Amino acid sequence: MPGKLKVKIVAGRHLPVMDRASDLTDAFVEVKFGNTTFKTDVYLKSLNPQWNSEWFKFEVDDEDLQDEPLQITVLDHDTYSANDAIGKVYIDIDPLLYSEAATVISGWFPIYDTIHGIRGEINVVVKVDLFNDLNRFRQSSCGVKFFCTTSIPKCYRAVIIHGFVEELVVNEDPEYQWIDRIRTPRASNEARQRLISLMSGELQRKIGLKVLEMRGNAVVGYLQCFDLEGESGLVVRAIGTACTLDKLSSPAAFLPACNSPSKEMKESPLVHPPSHGCRSTHNSPIHTATGSRLTQNFSVSVPTLIYTGMGSGSAGKEGGPFKALLRQQTQSALEQREFPFFTLTAFPPGFLVHVGGVVSARSVKLLDRIHNPDEPETRDAWWAEIRQEIKSHAKALGCHAVVGYSESTSICEEVCILSASGTAAVLNPRFLQDGTVEGCLEQRLEENLPAGCGFCHIPYDELNMPFPAHLTYCYNCRKQKVPDVLFTTIDLPIDATVIGKGCLIQARLCRLKKKAQAEANATAISNLLPFMEYEVHTQLMNKLKLKGMNALFGLRIQITVGENMLMGLASATGVYLAALPTPGGIQIAGKTPNDGSYEQHISHMQKKINDTIAKNKELYEINPPEVSEEIIGSPIPEPRQRSRLLRSQSESSDEVTELDLSHGKKDAFVLEIDDTDAMEDVHSLLTDVPPPSGFYSCNTEIMPGINNWTSEIQMFTSVRVIRLSSLNLTNQALNKNFNDLCENLLKSLYFKLRSMIPCCLCHVNFTVSLPEDELIQVTVTAVAITFDKNQALQTTKTHVEKSLQRASTDNEELLQFPLELCSDSLPSHPFPPAKEHLESASSNSGIPAAQRDRCSSWIELIKLKAQTIRRGSIKTTVTVEKASPMGEGNFRNRSAPPCANSTVGVVKMTPLSFIPGAKITKYLGIINMFFIRETTSLREEGGVSGFLHAFIAEVFAMVRAHVAALGGNAVVSYIMKQCVFMENPNKNQAQCLINVSGDAVVFVRESELEVVSTQQPTANCQPSCTGGEVTT
Amino acid sequence: MTSELDIFVGNTTLIDEDVYRLWLDGYSVSDAVALRVRSGILEQTGATAAVLQSDTMDHYRTFHMLERLLHAPPKLLHQLIFQIPPSRQALLIERWGYYAFDEAFVREVLGKKLSKGTKKDLDDISTKTGITLKSCRRQFDNFKRVFKVVEEMRGSLVDNIQQHFLLSDRLARDYAAIVFFANNRFETGKKKLQYLSFGDFAFCAELMIQNWTLGAVDSQVDDMDVDLDKEFLQDLKELKMLVADKDLLDLHKSLVCTALRGKLGVFSEMEANFKNLSRGLVNVAAKLTHNKDVRDLFVDLVEKFVEPCRSDHWPLNDVRLFLNQYSASVHSLDGFRHQALWDRYMGTLRGCLLRLYHD
Repeated sequence: MPGKLKVKIVAGRHLPVMDRASDLTDAFVEVKFGNTTFKTDVYLKSLNPQWNSEWFKFEVDDEDLQDEPLQITVLDHDTYSANDAIGKVYIDIDPLLYSEAATVISGWFPIYDTIHGIRGEINVVVKVDLFNDLNRFRQSSCGVKFFCTTSIPKCYRAVIIHGFVEELVVNEDPEYQWIDRIRTPRASNEARQRLISLMSGELQRKIGLKVLEMRGNAVVGYLQCFDLEGESGLVVRAIGTACTLDKLSSPAAFLPACNSPSKEMKESPLVHPPSHGCRSTHNSPIHTATGSRLTQNFSVSVPTLIYTGMGSGSAGKEGGPFKALLRQQTQSALEQREFPFFTLTAFPPGFLVHVGGVVSARSVKLLDRIHNPDEPETRDAWWAEIRQEIKSHAKALGCHAVVGYSESTSICEEVCILSASGTAAVLNPRFLQDGTVEGCLEQRLEENLPAGCGFCHIPYDELNMPFPAHLTYCYNCRKQKVPDVLFTTIDLPIDATVIGKGCLIQARLCRLKKKAQAEANATAISNLLPFMEYEVHTQLMNKLKLKGMNALFGLRIQITVGENMLMGLASATGVYLAALPTPGGIQIAGKTPNDGSYEQHISHMQKKINDTIAKNKELYEINPPEVSEEIIGSPIPEPRQRSRLLRSQSESSDEVTELDLSHGKKDAFVLEIDDTDAMEDVHSLLTDVPPPSGFYSCNTEIMPGINNWTSEIQMFTSVRVIRLSSLNLTNQALNKNFNDLCENLLKSLYFKLRSMIPCCLCHVNFTVSLPEDELIQVTVTAVAITFDKNQALQTTKTHVEKSLQRASTDNEELLQFPLELCSDSLPSHPFPPAKEHLESASSNSGIPAAQRDRCSSWIELIKLKAQTIRRGSIKTTVTVEKASPMGEGNFRNRSAPPCANSTVGVVKMTPLSFIPGAKITKYLGIINMFFIRETTSLREEGGVSGFLHAFIAEVFAMVRAHVAALGGNAVVSYIMKQCVFMENPNKNQAQCLINVSGDAVVFVRESELEVVSTQQPTANCQPSCTGGEVTT
Repeated sequence: MTSELDIFVGNTTLIDEDVYRLWLDGYSVSDAVALRVRSGILEQTGATAAVLQSDTMDHYRTFHMLERLLHAPPKLLHQLIFQIPPSRQALLIERWGYYAFDEAFVREVLGKKLSKGTKKDLDDISTKTGITLKSCRRQFDNFKRVFKVVEEMRGSLVDNIQQHFLLSDRLARDYAAIVFFANNRFETGKKKLQYLSFGDFAFCAELMIQNWTLGAVDSQVDDMDVDLDKEFLQDLKELKMLVADKDLLDLHKSLVCTALRGKLGVFSEMEANFKNLSRGLVNVAAKLTHNKDVRDLFVDLVEKFVEPCRSDHWPLNDVRLFLNQYSASVHSLDGFRHQALWDRYMGTLRGCLLRLYHD
């Protein structure tokens, strides 16, 4: 018995009236864990019962602790008939199982019923006593920390980043079991909720085991998904990145009590998994071998594109012995791994060496229930296949690793599209193995890698390129080759030099497909996929050029399959990387040049496009230091200008000329509008309206070019469903409908949030699904963050000062992602103003602008380095505060004391990994919740909109309540992974499934930081204390 | 292409003040959209009508969901479904006005029984006042809800209302007046009372609650602030001797006249009318034993006192001087023993009459 779970039921409030006669309720509570159930007394005739129960104690295996949720059921006692259930609360006790997180769960939880929604609240206290001999229990993986955040969590330091972990569990879906025909919808929903809760617990435990086996102590970038395969079953799968994390003990936050357990964990039990470590889990409640097995009887693998736009290379050739060493080391470190994948999207400085480009793979499978239980697990095989493909794509790009990796599925009836994508990359080996060699290697690395452009340099062999690309010498360091365009799935590296601001870029596409069955259907889909990929890619490229930008970050392409159509939606954040060449314009070419009016039309379009590009450059403040005017003037540079540009380049190297010429020719992106389709494309290019002034949007964590976030944030979810009229179902009409849907949705968001201007929509995440033949559903989750416009107009001086401080912080915290780096300006800003200044000052000198510019930035860099060393002794906390993007005074004015006079503490939610203007002091554990809501009185609940609106509000409420009960005041890296909505208006019914996750945290406003740091021991040692305050 | 479903849910519930007001005023979504368009919001923001429609619908849906909680404001504070900063919660309830009401509306229902029958008249009231039926219903239901909750409660009426509906002192006093009037069914709708505002009545209600109810004597009884002190009303009969006893009446008159001679612009009118006025005021008191007459209190006061004075063009200051002297002089009437009773009656009545005396 390695653990004792203790539960106390304190009170209820706002219960529903269960007895019409008295308008009151006789409530009691059942507390269930595993197979043990306790009951409280019946509290007669009250809507606000005070049970104040004894401590109910469950003695359980830690394996069960990990798998099972605590189930609390509130019932109405009825003497003569069956007791009526009021609702349930499921509490995941996982956060109590590792010592650094929460120590107690205590607070008001909404009582939830799948038919009626939230019905009052219940106050519960939960504690776990873990017995100390963790060592013997190898089925469990208590102590492994899980984070949804796709970067190293703020108050930790990555000692080693081990790599990819994955697992999946399958089971029969209770909704499709025979028993479902005779049980109530409520019973069926609850069976599903409970099963999924169990399965995710089991999955998490199994992943934990793998992490222990790799000698890690945490999973970062943990992403768990459900595949509702209908008849053929239910798959829960998860991927993540195993790491060994060390809690940062900054002087102010030093806390022996909290630190020691983690050390213990690292040193003793976890590092030495016993040999019998990973047996199959025969005693698991959900046996992977029982029930239905899933397999394929048909499968098509789709050839996928590797996106062009990669880095410059050079590597093997000129790098000399050092590079070879680096390569060798990294490779050896990674080759041990089956899949050198990382779900992280942001990395410790120096981790990412080069980025190759986006790699993706898709495959179409037919789902089928298989009756032979001995058949090997096919889902595993499917994913392994896809991952192999990704791995080989990465290899083709000269990369040994894939970062920003993610997997997804789209299911329609028995067809399933599996997709995986990531960014091929070369990584620094020092994080991948024990850091013994760190010292000298690190030193050399830094000498060799110019900050701000290193990751853009191509990793592959220039003479043996995997695809046609136009290489130039890096515009930043002039030493290595870079591609003309770079696409990635990761966040913008913090040291990247960016010019201007970024913006959200979307490619949207629909393709009709004939309805078909089984193999024919799968074949039809897999035939369509490559075309869709190609078109999505073209659209992205066009839109990127239209914005005058040259790189995409956070690229996410979602292909959704429906009965009679396929939808593609790609979202990414476009930026202008200073290291890459200025993008050329878009030139339109018609096919029938003799037709006068046609030509006129063409030139009209051309003009419109040119105007748009010019406007966008202004809007996003893209003023590259050189040749900017020429580019703005005409998208296709005239030969004279081009040659000037070339001369300036040739000074740095002789051999460039040839390559650059070719680049020059291709500079203009030619769009041939030879048919109506292409015409449509051009039109659609121009119909995307920029956000209203004061608004910016991106789908990455932070917006390049904005660095002065204020503390006001608003996370939201918006859902739209449109019905297509079946009459006009052509590809064009579809595309237009879909485009309008997305654009209108964005417009609505801008309007709704207008009071927050100036603000930026960050982490905009679109999800498309096709619930029925003629229905398109788009779900958007994002966070709006306000920023201070006045502070944006800071002088060059403060910029440089800031960057100095930042650099010193970098040095100090090495592997940690310091908060201010994310909320602060992206490193571009120290430089551009300085450059302009320099340029104007020495405009008469003979040195070409580009050259001067390069020099100056190099000088800056060297200065920075020197500063860094001198400032080495600055305390972390101090720098954090000083480098904070917001003035302190400003802070004080804005942040009202939290929950000063409210009864319910405010819990912030954000899809980002940080909270602007605040410091995360503690991670309390992962939140992973699954809810089903069903109604048989759709009209009475306000129709589909009323129903879903209420449900989403309830889901938010339940997430907040759980976080508050853990003692937290925010959820970071929040994501709504699934929102499956089905309706049957004729029967007045609807059902919705929602799956959300995130990391519960405690944050402290930076303005309050000083106060807290003096009281640090109390604040840190007693998280329950903090919790109490929040929930009072 | 039609929008089947269109929702926006924020972690912090977004509340647009303007839309909230439109909703409270009972406008339908399409009317609200039209009004917003007229306000020039499209030009300001560059939004389209479709966006505005979607936004308005969304807000209306949110308000509809919030309404259940607004019915019991303390629930709004404790509920978990909508995360609304405390400052905003207060705005919802009071300043932006779920519990705010229209003067025109409250004048129509003041003193009426808050029952289904009255609810049926809301149609007419809506037509008459130009306030939308929905808004009338909300206001009526608010009155009724507050009435039901505090009707049988101990303690100060105003405090109870504040505590259970989280209203400001000012608004709680208004509701107290409404509850008090509804409970005692004072007639306020007669034509001759039309010149009186809700404020006039609320002022009187407050004085009466303070002095004439059970709570004025004993703070530990149920209904203390809602019901008039029956014993007191019964005792008021004793005042009758002030007018029934001719000597007493003459003495009273001479005392008042002596004191006011030269000070009153309308002295001769006062002198001529004294007995009528005094009879009126005392008879009103004596009649208060009957519920019917309690209801007609304001009608009587206007008929017996306000109108005669007004027809003689008494300035307000003269009325004040007269009433002060009229009340005070009774203390010098040796044969009259009910001084305390008189003060309890006249103290309140004097305040009320002064408030009621205007055009």
